[in-house]
Amino acid sequence: MKKKIDLSKYDDHVILGPISRYLNANFGILAAFIILCVVLAIATDSFMTVNNWLTILRNVSTTGYLAIGVMLAIMLGGIDLIAGAMIACSGCLVVSLMERYGCNMVLAIAIGLLLGLVVGMVNGVIIAYSGIHPFVVTLAMQSILRGAAFLIANGQPVPLYANTVFPKIGTGLAFQILPYPIIYMLIFFFAQYMLLNKTKMGRYIYAVGGNATAAQFSGIDIKKVKIMVWTISGFLASFAGIVLAARLTSGQPGTSVGAETDAIASCVLGGTSMYGGVGGTGGVLIGVLVIGVISNGLTLLHVNSNWQYVAKGIIILLAVYIDMIRQQKMQARSE
Amino acid sequence: MPKTLVEMKGIVKTFPGVKALDNAQLTLYEGEVLGLLGENGAGKSTLMNVLGGVYVPDEGTIAIDGQQVSIHTVQEAQGYGVAFIHQEIALVPYLSVAENIFLGRERMSAGMVDKKKMYKEARQWLDMVGLDVNPATMLCKLSIGRQQMVEIAKACSLNMKLLIMDEPTSSLSESEVKSLFEMIEKLKSQGIGIIYISHKLDEIFTITDRVCVMRDGGYVGTIITKESNRDELVSMMVGRTLENYYTRTFHELGEVVFEAKNISSGVRLKDCSFKVRKGEIVGFYGLVGAGRSELLKATMGLYPKKEGTVYVKGEDVTNLPTMKIQEKGVALVPENRKLEGLILKNTISFNMGISVLRKFVNHLHVDRSKERAIVDNGIKALAIKTPSRDQRVGNLSGGNQQKVVLAKWLASDPEVLILDEPTRGVDVGAKAEIYKIINDLAGQGMAIIMISSEMPEIVNMCDHIFVMSDGKITGELDRSEMDQERILQYVFAEDK
Repeated sequence: MKKKIDLSKYDDHVILGPISRYLNANFGILAAFIILCVVLAIATDSFMTVNNWLTILRNVSTTGYLAIGVMLAIMLGGIDLIAGAMIACSGCLVVSLMERYGCNMVLAIAIGLLLGLVVGMVNGVIIAYSGIHPFVVTLAMQSILRGAAFLIANGQPVPLYANTVFPKIGTGLAFQILPYPIIYMLIFFFAQYMLLNKTKMGRYIYAVGGNATAAQFSGIDIKKVKIMVWTISGFLASFAGIVLAARLTSGQPGTSVGAETDAIASCVLGGTSMYGGVGGTGGVLIGVLVIGVISNGLTLLHVNSNWQYVAKGIIILLAVYIDMIRQQKMQARSE
Repeated sequence: MPKTLVEMKGIVKTFPGVKALDNAQLTLYEGEVLGLLGENGAGKSTLMNVLGGVYVPDEGTIAIDGQQVSIHTVQEAQGYGVAFIHQEIALVPYLSVAENIFLGRERMSAGMVDKKKMYKEARQWLDMVGLDVNPATMLCKLSIGRQQMVEIAKACSLNMKLLIMDEPTSSLSESEVKSLFEMIEKLKSQGIGIIYISHKLDEIFTITDRVCVMRDGGYVGTIITKESNRDELVSMMVGRTLENYYTRTFHELGEVVFEAKNISSGVRLKDCSFKVRKGEIVGFYGLVGAGRSELLKATMGLYPKKEGTVYVKGEDVTNLPTMKIQEKGVALVPENRKLEGLILKNTISFNMGISVLRKFVNHLHVDRSKERAIVDNGIKALAIKTPSRDQRVGNLSGGNQQKVVLAKWLASDPEVLILDEPTRGVDVGAKAEIYKIINDLAGQGMAIIMISSEMPEIVNMCDHIFVMSDGKITGELDRSEMDQERILQYVFAEDK
């Protein structure tokens, strides 16, 4: 492990404060990220190229959208498992609307996003009012959505011929170089940062996740916070589905099985506590990048794709474990 | 006659199966400290939750400043100037001090949370309560005492007229208690009315002007503190006179059964040695954080130790795992019964059996009748008040929960019993019962180690006391030498 660096003395500085807190909170994962990059840059010729980085970013963009939403659910001490199924469902819905019913593209997309909002809100309402654990609620919803995707698509992929503009949403390039999905991801990360740091709702998410009783006694409407969070998460998952459908020019009812696990892994890698109350946007961004770099690097190293899953799992365990040990040591010293 | 601030009358509140409040009443004047006293389950917290907007009463009237009010939510209560400091710290650990103070009332500018403004305003309130911390500090980095000061600062920022404090000193050290009391005096002089809930009679006599006593959800009476005494209050609380609060019969001690030599662990424990004899009650006194729990845990292998040896009945057990030490006859009843002692969601039976499974589980065979015998024996021996052995432990009162923890460890037939704060959060009646149990156990020849932060308990119950300060044993006293001042000198020995 690296030398321990204590940056807490800069805590109060206007600019250095947030930076030092960020470094402190994400030291382990940042170190892992840099080491990974250095190793790959040395081991391969193609890793440190602009094109490769654009590929990495485009490939992680789906995980990125999902992680932004799932992270909020985890921050409340909950979870959201609908992502993979929602991608399939919203993608099939939007493509089917255009292909089979001649629906206008904008309207189709709006309906697709509305699906995400409504399903997310239903999750939130059930979680807030029934007291059923979010794991169970969203697991059930995952099954419903996957079923709905196959029903909408009549059990097979729906290719899109009717609209030639729609695919641009997923494949278009800004300035002839920057894929749109990367831009969406950066916008959403920025939006989440603003939400968590600059709005009341952001404070309330930390408060409810950190100590729900304290939040309640402070007059915060816990139910509203929960509904909001799962709604955002549902919306982002449906958005991911639409972008993926655009990239594939088709609705695929069987796509993205397990997409939520990569999102959850990114959050955990990025220092989001599964117990709630702790986490930050910057951490999640790094978490998403690490997941992307691992997959990309292993591909460049010609590692069999089946082994990639194994390697990813081991790296996640190691990174989180090292970070946990480090946090405990810091805790022990601050006592 | 001072102005009446709050008048609660005929308050009734029923929960499924329980009448928590039955015609309860309370009057609070401006600029006074009113003690609210009663055994666990007497309805003190429920009554205060009614005033604080957490519960809506079924019947009864509340008047604040002479105005009839009906309070439905926490915000409404805050609007009437009611601030409530709950028994467990009700702050968010991973938000900053300032964010906690303004939680639910964030300061905004241009539609966004304005941290700078919050830090600046928070600074004023922190200055007011005399707390010198940076408002940007994350709350979890502060000590419990300081966190409580943050709660008071938060309450002050709400423009409060009255402040409810529920057992505010239960996790404070003595110096923190002192500064809390200074704070209370200051608030009092500003005309704020304070309702002070506590089990600790010493505190009630130190800080309150009047005392309102409750029993079984109802009102017993209100007295002026100066004109009353301990016995009167206790008999009002329990409805009977407690003849002997402490029970202790001293007798000849046997041979040494438990001994620790030169236990050290980094900065937390420094070269601590002690021994305990058969039939002896040994006390460990000190401030919170002095290392008492850590020392005893270290002897059991529950806390890392760098150096030192531990003997049970002359046998070196230093490097044995905790379970083996337990099998040699040592039991530790932990301090925090909810965290370390009990599985609240499970039954009395389950909890009592969990550490002695070997007595009734043999490979695949579970001897139900033996399990029942062990559990029923425990319930009877400690007079645990419960409808059945299958009652969920979480539904029992604090005193009865403590007895279940005790019974759980007594079931393993220990020869050495380590009790960490055995009467914390337990009402007077149950306390007296627990003292009697401890005395009986010592009488049967058990060696008992009692960690306690309550001086009277230590002085009245122990044969021998060790005083700890900053990880060191700074003094030891025999029964004949016990004297509160001397003990305190050892407590503060490090400061000199």
